[in-house]
Amino acid sequence: MVQYNFKKITVVPSGKDFIDIILSRTQRQTPTVVHKGYPISRLREFYMRKVKFTQQNFHEKLSAIIDEFPRLDDIHPFYGDLLHVLYNKDHYKLALGQVNTARNIVGKIAKDYVRLLKYGDSLYRCKSLKVAALGRMCTVIKRISPSLAYLEQIRQHMARLPSIDPNTRTILICGYPNVGKSSFMNKITRADVDVQPYAFTTKSLFVGHTDYKYLRYQVIDTPGILDRPFEDRNIIEMCSITALAHLKAAVLFFLDISGSCGYSIEQQAALFHSIKSLFMNKPLIVVCNKIDLQPLEGLSEEEMKLVMEMKTEAVKTVLAQGGDSNDEEVLLTMSTMTDEGVIAVKNAACERLLNQRVEIKMKSKKINDCLNRFHVAIPKPRDTKERPPCIPPAVLEARAKANEEKGKRKLEKDLEEENGGAGVYSANLRKHYILADEDWKEDIMPEILDGHNVYDFVDPDILLRLEELEQEEGLHLEAKADEEDFEMDGKELTEEERQLLAEIRQKKNLLIQEHRMKKSTAESRPIVPRKFDKDKKYTSERMGRELSALGIDPSKAIDRARSRSVTRRGRKRERSLGREGADGEAMDIDDELSNKKLRTRSRSRSRSKSRPPGEVTPGEGFKDSAQKLKAIRIAKKSVKVRNKAARKGEADRVIPNLKPKHLFSGKRSIGKTTRR
Amino acid sequence: MRLEKCWFCSSTIYPGHGIQFVRNDAKIFRFCRSKCHKNFKMKRNPRKVKWTKAYRRLHGKDMTQDSTFEFERKRNRPERYDRNVTEMTLKAIKKIDKIRVTREAQHHKMRMRGKKAIEQEAAIKELENSINLVKAPAALQQGSEINLPKIKVKVSQSQAVGERMEE
Repeated sequence: MVQYNFKKITVVPSGKDFIDIILSRTQRQTPTVVHKGYPISRLREFYMRKVKFTQQNFHEKLSAIIDEFPRLDDIHPFYGDLLHVLYNKDHYKLALGQVNTARNIVGKIAKDYVRLLKYGDSLYRCKSLKVAALGRMCTVIKRISPSLAYLEQIRQHMARLPSIDPNTRTILICGYPNVGKSSFMNKITRADVDVQPYAFTTKSLFVGHTDYKYLRYQVIDTPGILDRPFEDRNIIEMCSITALAHLKAAVLFFLDISGSCGYSIEQQAALFHSIKSLFMNKPLIVVCNKIDLQPLEGLSEEEMKLVMEMKTEAVKTVLAQGGDSNDEEVLLTMSTMTDEGVIAVKNAACERLLNQRVEIKMKSKKINDCLNRFHVAIPKPRDTKERPPCIPPAVLEARAKANEEKGKRKLEKDLEEENGGAGVYSANLRKHYILADEDWKEDIMPEILDGHNVYDFVDPDILLRLEELEQEEGLHLEAKADEEDFEMDGKELTEEERQLLAEIRQKKNLLIQEHRMKKSTAESRPIVPRKFDKDKKYTSERMGRELSALGIDPSKAIDRARSRSVTRRGRKRERSLGREGADGEAMDIDDELSNKKLRTRSRSRSRSKSRPPGEVTPGEGFKDSAQKLKAIRIAKKSVKVRNKAARKGEADRVIPNLKPKHLFSGKRSIGKTTRR
Repeated sequence: MRLEKCWFCSSTIYPGHGIQFVRNDAKIFRFCRSKCHKNFKMKRNPRKVKWTKAYRRLHGKDMTQDSTFEFERKRNRPERYDRNVTEMTLKAIKKIDKIRVTREAQHHKMRMRGKKAIEQEAAIKELENSINLVKAPAALQQGSEINLPKIKVKVSQSQAVGERMEE
């Protein structure tokens, strides 16, 4: 059963595409490799499989097409007729018939060739048979490719048909072109139909939905109908006729009484009468549109007569339904331009339709099942006393007053408009403030003062509390004034003592700083033994200075230090010889010669003298020569192994070549290479 | 607009400064600057961090209880505007501030009393103990006059020449 969902029909491929799809599928999904050496049964089976596979695919796809396209007789006559009008039933059926025959032919071809393949005796013969089979199948499909193209077109168009449910509440709008049907549609529903001044703007049916009394109504906008004999109508008009004929709906016949659509009222009346047969059993409302251009009362006599005729016709339909002859609801006026009467029309149509549907349901048999499920309980009145609702008089008064005030109150909106509009005027929101004094309305109160929130301090009796605080403060001050703290009872330092203290502190600071400096650079600084004193910190002059600062006479200490210095040791004997010689000569020579001698001497002093290996110099820390020699020997021993291994030091773990090639590769000239 | 207090250091947060952090249980933490914010993220307890007001109050460095603090209270019910009350409030704020400041100064003074004596004692002791850094014991023994001029090292000429000769 095909639902009214023509959007779900699968795409119909064109002839060529169809063939391509099927053949490529065959190639992909059947085995492809075959050799002439295989046994003949295998060869036959291989090719039979291909033929059958192709046939099956064709069959599947063609069946899908045939099944999914709706059968015009099985669907609702409205859709059947609509499709006939749009696509020509015969053409449609023919196309589908061709697809069906193609399917059968393909089946027959496959059967024949499979039978022939059973007796194929060589690879080549089987292959040719398969080629022939597939070729014939493809030719069949090629022959029906125009039908396939046609069906594809139909499918695309069908998918875009409006989804109209023929069984639900529907309102149909009909009339001449340009009378205002689409404008009305736009007003009551959310549909966005094109409205243009030329005729036949709406070329097909459009559906919108609207609500009335919590129920959903379909509103169908039709293209305009011209007054022509039935056979001369074109496809577009036929759509509307179909809709009118088959849908059980309320019909709104639109009349343009101003004549601005280009057709006079006589023509429109003539149309009405020619299609009034289609209005049988449908609630009909004649709607006069465009009354802003031409009011109903301003019509001429003949036109009025025509309109009244239409109205009587409409009333007949009402009576036929069994409703009362209330002819207010049959002829309505409105204007889509000014929105006058639009809602009234809609409500009238919906109401009439609803009543009709309810009537029908009541007459059907199914209604009894529904009625059995309802029960309206009405409590029995206890006595004949009347009990109306009780509303206090104050409320009634207030209501009356509010009603009359609404009329004469000036709104803020009006004020805004007077004073220049939205961007110019800003409403004074403080107008309605309720304060003790009216002058305070425009006051600006500071929120922050000296780092405090003013709101936190606000208090009506803040003055009182402030007074108490100040009294307290006064008391405190008095109490403080009584007790005076004497702190200066103790010993004080004299001037010199203070100076000394300052010096002490300075010295301590210096020591600390030095220590910190040394500490921070200790890791990056190499520890150089004291004898290589680069900064010349350890001089006798310095010692002398510091000792005298401490208050001691340094001269003796300096002498002692100088006499024991390393540079002077070991030169005593030479020097003494030299001195005697110099003494003999130097008496004559002036100071400058002695200076010269001193200079030569000083040069020789700076050149290093080689000494015997075991000799202990005082600053080294050895007890005697034997100890030093032993130390030297131990040092040499510890270094020997490393040097043999070509290591620079005890931390040298570098392997320059982790896998030297000559150790890890190569054949041996004699012997085995089981170990490396 | 309100001036808030920083959760960590208790200083006032002026508009346009700082960060507010809202935790999943809807508690709001306001910070005056990223220093406080970062300390908070490190989960430090402001009562243990020396420079915060919380620490200072807890350890008695700053005044804790005082009647001037009671004037400032967050009120949740708005009061109807009254010009006179506002005027008085503004004047009162200034006076309360002044009193509070004097009281805090007084508190500080009370805290710092007795410091002088301690300092004196410490100075005397230091002098006694570390005098060896600036005066050798020998010099002290020699004379009680602490005033010792600095001596420049001057060794006699002949001695200097003789020493050089020896080298």
